[in-house]
Amino acid sequence: MKRFLIVESRDPFEAASFAARNGLHVALAGDAEVTVFLVENAVLAARAAVAAIVLGGLRAAGVQVLADEFALQERGIAAGQLAAGVEAASLDRLVVELGRGAKAIWC
Amino acid sequence: MRVLQIIEPAHRATIEEQDDTVLWFTRAIRGAGAAADVLLAGTAVCYAVRGQSCPALRVGDWEQKHPPAIEHELGRLIESGARVSALVEDLDERGIDRRALIKGLVITTRKDLPGLLGRYDRVWKW
Amino acid sequence: MTTPSLTVLMMDAPYEQSRTTTAFRLLDAALRNGFAVHVFAYEGAVSLPSPRQRPHANALHGRTVEEEAHPTPHAWVSALMRLAEELKLPFEWVNCGLCVDERGADEAVAGVRRGSPADFWKMAGESTNTLVIATR
Repeated sequence: MKRFLIVESRDPFEAASFAARNGLHVALAGDAEVTVFLVENAVLAARAAVAAIVLGGLRAAGVQVLADEFALQERGIAAGQLAAGVEAASLDRLVVELGRGAKAIWC
Repeated sequence: MRVLQIIEPAHRATIEEQDDTVLWFTRAIRGAGAAADVLLAGTAVCYAVRGQSCPALRVGDWEQKHPPAIEHELGRLIESGARVSALVEDLDERGIDRRALIKGLVITTRKDLPGLLGRYDRVWKW
Repeated sequence: MTTPSLTVLMMDAPYEQSRTTTAFRLLDAALRNGFAVHVFAYEGAVSLPSPRQRPHANALHGRTVEEEAHPTPHAWVSALMRLAEELKLPFEWVNCGLCVDERGADEAVAGVRRGSPADFWKMAGESTNTLVIATR
């Protein structure tokens, strides 16, 4: 099966393109395994309070959403504040995904 | 290995570099044998407009000899066999008339993106 | 078993944004996970290995030069090289030559070599995967 690994680094509240990219990720998930790895300010999308709006239908579409635990801690987002279905992960996980040969796109 | 270069930002350092450095990079790796195509998205769809003419930069008594000629560089890329496409939604959002686009450009839609991305071994976004 | 390998293109100059630190964290993680690592520094990133970067004191932090221990990316480049050597993994850092010239970034820490986009293409062709971390 095709695999896509999207490293999303943009602030979802500043980058208007964030929502459009989510739409693409949902479309890709139609016939591919898609992982979105949130890093830097993109982890702001992972808070339970906003994730439903900001992350759109990613989880419902079967997209795996991971958030860099380093960036989460840096921004004071505790594990209990993460949206359901968003998993905190280290960059080791990102390396593993890269090693699986997914088409890797840094946004 | 087939590569799709997705270019989104535009006019970033183009005056100092006298080119768009990602279009330049694409031509360079094609010269090294890469089967690299380009998708213009976001603001970079502006690169596909016919009739761009960057004035020469002047600072004090310094005057630029070769302002960037992006339209020309894109044309050379197309002539070399690269598939250069642009997202119609981004063109429309920016009010760019399709009749004002350079020759050889392929118009594509967001709906076609999954299929497009699926055709390449690597997708590099700039 | 073949050693997996990762090629990363970096584009940002030191400081000013957070992509640099994420990229170095990734390179470190890649080595620790047994990957050979190849870095192509394009545009501003050619300044990352400059040995001319110097730490400084910080009066607002109330710290001397030594106490502040201000991070300098060239130290990270060298640290990755030492880690790769310790783990017996290939690590290469190539600075785009024309980018070096236009920035006057001629000096780089030991182990960094000058190259061109053709080197990046070769690295990418020989790697398990490639990540392009472009500037904004």
